[in-house]
Amino acid sequence: MNPRVVIQTEDFDVSQVLDHLRAGDLRVGAICSFVGTVRDTRLLSGNAADEIVSMALEHYPGMTESAIEAMIDEAHQRFDFYQAHVIHRVGELKPADQIVLVAVSSAHRSESFKACEFLMDYLKTQAPFWKKEATPDGAQWVDARVSDDDALARWGIQSRNVG
Amino acid sequence: MKITVRYFASLREAVGQSQEELQTDAENAGQVRDALLARGGAYACLSRDRSVRLALNQVMVNEDALLHENAELAFFPPVTGG
Repeated sequence: MNPRVVIQTEDFDVSQVLDHLRAGDLRVGAICSFVGTVRDTRLLSGNAADEIVSMALEHYPGMTESAIEAMIDEAHQRFDFYQAHVIHRVGELKPADQIVLVAVSSAHRSESFKACEFLMDYLKTQAPFWKKEATPDGAQWVDARVSDDDALARWGIQSRNVG
Repeated sequence: MKITVRYFASLREAVGQSQEELQTDAENAGQVRDALLARGGAYACLSRDRSVRLALNQVMVNEDALLHENAELAFFPPVTGG
């Protein structure tokens, strides 16, 4: 049995996790996954100063795992799914690298889609990770977004992350 | 009582340490924040003009959370994972 929550510096293999979610469980009819990756903001803004050379991810060991475990428990209260697995990387990452995987199995697609989105919205504002981007002008901490608080509010949960 | 105070990310960099042991009479998390703010200097990063989040024993809390012996109180900026 794989742990539900893994925090690691190494990259991860998405298909291995998806295989695990359906292995030996004939009830499963749907698996939904989300992968977050490092983007180079320069290519979105057209501004050379926005280039992301690398990104460093810091977290609060122990609290990170228990916070995400609690999120999965909360998701089980709300949605009818079988399993959820979350992998989140920390340490030094480069553009195009994978950062996070949320994968959920259920009997029907609707519950997997919803649980996957719920877990990501929750994780963005309640899991203790911090990103620091290295740009040509030096390194700076990434600001939290109000839009991420708004995303969690759709599920009836007040985030209070930014404000 | 004795508690451990931890700092993460930009707050860790600002105060120049990741954790410290603190002997305190504070009853709640907000009173610890007051005591740290009273140090002045780099501890202004804990100002209430800024978004600072608190966790007591690794659970997010508000300033009214009650402390106890050997509690672990963490201060950090808004989270940006995912």
